[in-house]
Amino acid sequence: MSTTTAPAPSKPPSQAAQDPPAWKRFVHTPTAGPVLALLVASTFFSFQSDQFLSGGNLALVIQQIMVVGTLALGQTLIILTAGIDLSCGAIMAFGSIVMAKLAAEGVLPPLVAIAAGIGVCALLGAANGALVTFVKLPPFIVTLGMLNIAFALTHIYSDEQTVTQLPGELTVLGDTFPMGSTDISYGSVLTIVLFLVFAYVLGQTAWGKHVYALGNSPEVARLTGIRTARLRMTIFTVAGVIYGIAALLLVARTGVGDPKAGQTDNLDSITAVVLGGTSLFGGRGLVLGTLLGALIVGVFRNGLQLMGVGSIYQMLITGVLVIAAVAFDQISRRKQRS
Amino acid sequence: MNPKPAPSPVLRARGLVKRYGHVTALDGADFDLYPGEVLAVIGDNGAGKSSLIKALTGALQPDEGEMWLDGARVAFRSPLDARGHGIETVYQDLAVAASLDIASNMFLGRELRRPGVLGSVFRKLDTKRMRTESAAHMSELKIGLRSLTQSVETLSGGQRQGVAVARAVAWSRHVVVMDEPTAALGVKESAQVLDMIRRVRERGLPVVLISHNMPHVFEIADRIHVQRLGRRVAQILPRDHSMAEVVSIMTGALEVSSEPGSGTVVTDTNAARAAGLTPRPTD
Repeated sequence: MSTTTAPAPSKPPSQAAQDPPAWKRFVHTPTAGPVLALLVASTFFSFQSDQFLSGGNLALVIQQIMVVGTLALGQTLIILTAGIDLSCGAIMAFGSIVMAKLAAEGVLPPLVAIAAGIGVCALLGAANGALVTFVKLPPFIVTLGMLNIAFALTHIYSDEQTVTQLPGELTVLGDTFPMGSTDISYGSVLTIVLFLVFAYVLGQTAWGKHVYALGNSPEVARLTGIRTARLRMTIFTVAGVIYGIAALLLVARTGVGDPKAGQTDNLDSITAVVLGGTSLFGGRGLVLGTLLGALIVGVFRNGLQLMGVGSIYQMLITGVLVIAAVAFDQISRRKQRS
Repeated sequence: MNPKPAPSPVLRARGLVKRYGHVTALDGADFDLYPGEVLAVIGDNGAGKSSLIKALTGALQPDEGEMWLDGARVAFRSPLDARGHGIETVYQDLAVAASLDIASNMFLGRELRRPGVLGSVFRKLDTKRMRTESAAHMSELKIGLRSLTQSVETLSGGQRQGVAVARAVAWSRHVVVMDEPTAALGVKESAQVLDMIRRVRERGLPVVLISHNMPHVFEIADRIHVQRLGRRVAQILPRDHSMAEVVSIMTGALEVSSEPGSGTVVTDTNAARAAGLTPRPTD
């Protein structure tokens, strides 16, 4: 479909030369706010604690956000279509139990067990997608139901037991390699690579443009010839696969299959997406913004920890931050319009 | 009155019927569009105007009737199918994806990929080429824009409609259909869109213009197709009739013979008077 071309242009382009410089365009992107927030927060914490800017501490921040960050990547895809996914954490927990149990009990070879865990997540993601696309239920309701289903499945299948004694293949992503004087986990690298891949897919491929068009208006997308039902199904399924990868990262980080894991991760992932400047109304946002959003949450928790602030106050501050970020976004957008 | 040899129509339909339950939206409608003309389609609400346009652009499938494009029988299964046949449609308010830039909108659904491995394996878009071609198309229609990288939502309504028109023109091989393109626009922006329609005609593409706005219709149309009660009741030339007469034909107060320029017959004197006409006893 991309092989056809429009009739060849006869006149040289006259307008393209007058594009504003790159930095000016950046200021107007939804990513400018999160970058600024991250810089301000990092500067603040570096004055509060000498440890904050150390390589080891920054590696720790990334290590702490890799699971929620990866979930938030899948969440971003769904929010870009004006949807929401409340079930991502529960789907991840189910996937992690499936791969941990299958591998620990020797039912399947470790790598196949991992694939099965990711496959289960993809399946539940596709089920969300089918209900939203074909039964036309609101994503909020569908994923609320799926949250309960996946939560229950996790507890039934695990029999409420934590799965231990996992084969090495399941925890290898938790291992580290030295970079300079800092130890970096393979999982952190995988998370960053995933973000870069999806930044490319959304920004540089036709599929990415179609995701934004679908989020702007499903009707416009349909009328321009985009197969919107198939696209929406793909988005939910891909998000499921990403949750499966998050499940593997979770198992690798904790070293066990924990049926109680991930219970607040759905809301944390939405927090990261929103802090990253992606609009809940769909069609606007960047996955690299989500990475920044996850980093902001991580930096605040880590920095406050270093300052000796209790975890319940960290939550309080995160809450204020989310509301402030959305308010800032809304007000700046209103100003731009008028 | 005009004994020129009739060129064969680009798009022709005969006896289109569309029923929704017991409502008949199209009741044997005919349609003819000739090369290089701007044809206005007018009609009161419920006259079957939009059903007719939907049938011509593949958005609905008529129960009965036949269509020809450049003399060949066609039956469109979907809007995409009609587009594949070179019929492009500009929708009133469903034209563009707001957060994407102009070039992305121009090529939405038909993106160009980089040559070589970058395009075939990595599916990378040829953003530069899409921008260059978009700029050329926009300047051809004299749509002035400061930047091609700004998202469409930052443009004025007229400029946005300009992007939609430019896209339709760039991809259309046979017909451009515009559904109420000025309905949401101010006076100045409407004038810009009418200018664009003229330039499309200069390029030789026929335009079907659906409009409620009589002054616009009279300003731009070469011919007027009047739709009433699910069928075409008249094809008239704007210079043969006044605006009030056309409105009267639309509402059924006047009837016009099928021969162009052969005058009108008053069927409802009161309604004709209400429309501002002073009917003569015989015409």
